[in-house]
Amino acid sequence: MHDSRPANRAHLSKRIIPCLDVRDGRLTKGVRFQGNEDIGDPVETARRYYEQGADEIVFYDITASHEARGIFLDVVERVASAIFIPFSVGGGIASVSDMRAVLLAGAEKVSVNSAAVRRPELIAEGAAAFGSQAVVVGMDVRRATVSDALPSGYEIVIHGGRTPTGLDAVAWARRCEELGAGELCVNSIDADGTKDGYELTLTRLIADAVTIPVIASGGAGGPQHLVDAVTTGGASAALVASIVHYGTYSIPELKSFMHEAGVPVRMV
Amino acid sequence: MLAILDYKAGNQTSVLRALQSLGIPAGITAEPAALAAADGIIFPGVGAAGQAMRQLRDTGLDAALRALVADGKPLLGVCLGCQILLERSEENKTATLGILPGLCRRFQPEWRDGERPIRIPHMGWNSLIVRRASPLLEGIPPDAQFYFVHSYYPEPRPDLVIAESSYGTTFASVYGRPGLWAAQFHPEKSGAPGLRLLANFDAWCREARHA
Repeated sequence: MHDSRPANRAHLSKRIIPCLDVRDGRLTKGVRFQGNEDIGDPVETARRYYEQGADEIVFYDITASHEARGIFLDVVERVASAIFIPFSVGGGIASVSDMRAVLLAGAEKVSVNSAAVRRPELIAEGAAAFGSQAVVVGMDVRRATVSDALPSGYEIVIHGGRTPTGLDAVAWARRCEELGAGELCVNSIDADGTKDGYELTLTRLIADAVTIPVIASGGAGGPQHLVDAVTTGGASAALVASIVHYGTYSIPELKSFMHEAGVPVRMV
Repeated sequence: MLAILDYKAGNQTSVLRALQSLGIPAGITAEPAALAAADGIIFPGVGAAGQAMRQLRDTGLDAALRALVADGKPLLGVCLGCQILLERSEENKTATLGILPGLCRRFQPEWRDGERPIRIPHMGWNSLIVRRASPLLEGIPPDAQFYFVHSYYPEPRPDLVIAESSYGTTFASVYGRPGLWAAQFHPEKSGAPGLRLLANFDAWCREARHA
């Protein structure tokens, strides 16, 4: 039975999610909070973003070595005792036991990327073991010539964008949803680092193709870009990195701008 | 001392960490005696109703919980724990604990939030529309938001509704009666207002013990 009372002003908020790259237990680049020196400690940085109103945080472990994995898991555990918002962990997750390790350390979600392209069943295995809400699929996408194999004109790439896979981005997004992904993080390799804004056409294509939430990633240069991502792009959340890490904008500034633009956001 | 019920359903460690940050003594347990000795019980949960109920029945915790609540032990159900306090769930067509009257329904994909069809699960931050004052919500600003992740929502008997939230439909996000409460969102992952709710529950439990 659908509720017959008038629609309320309350809506699900659009999320801002800072993404932190971690190598050997330290941030790859120090984060500069306004009026402060660089902070290289991921736990302290997470605490600051939490206090500023980040809705979620993503940690990406870019360490390849097995030995450094323990250092990273220790970071995850310390983060879990320092912040009381959800956070997800990606980088090097290739099996259910990798997922279990970061979830037990205190993360809410795991993000899989290349490993899911190589072995899509990983998504289904993760969803069966921990629930769909715990499995985010990160998709690195690059513009391509439209063809029979790539009807959307967007191709999935792996290894940080170096290796094309021949997979159509929209078809892959649908496949991920069918396999049980709870959320998709759509990262445009073309837009990444440009500060010209998110790839809105791509974001919208994926958001319209699936019914699970989509996170826009790559290209944020200013607050209007975040507004565009969640309106024109149809995203449920926007990933941010350098725009907040270098102190160009604070999270409260971004949220105030979005609020003024009529986007539902959580103000703290 | 609060007891966090361990029935292999996920987020009990997150709840423990949140209580520790507040300086509230707490432990994770599946022992009825430990539950009975605690000032109050937090009944967490992530996952599916059918599996959770099987686990509770197989361990006898379903009967233990009913008996403790009947005896006046304060209890706070969170997320799945909030849903399975009711009588039935559409999820897995499961009979649930029946500690409070009502049932649990699924969000329908054709419902709309603003202009677009809703995405399921309802995942992210949403606000409360408070319908009834409750010690559980004391000191929490009216515009505070909480973190939700769920595909089913509780529909308790209307007089039990304390606060509602809106996502395609209007559903009870906090319900219950004094000392027996349920919250659909995750207070342990909802920043300062979520921590305040946990502190409010602890304060109630300690007062109830000394009353």
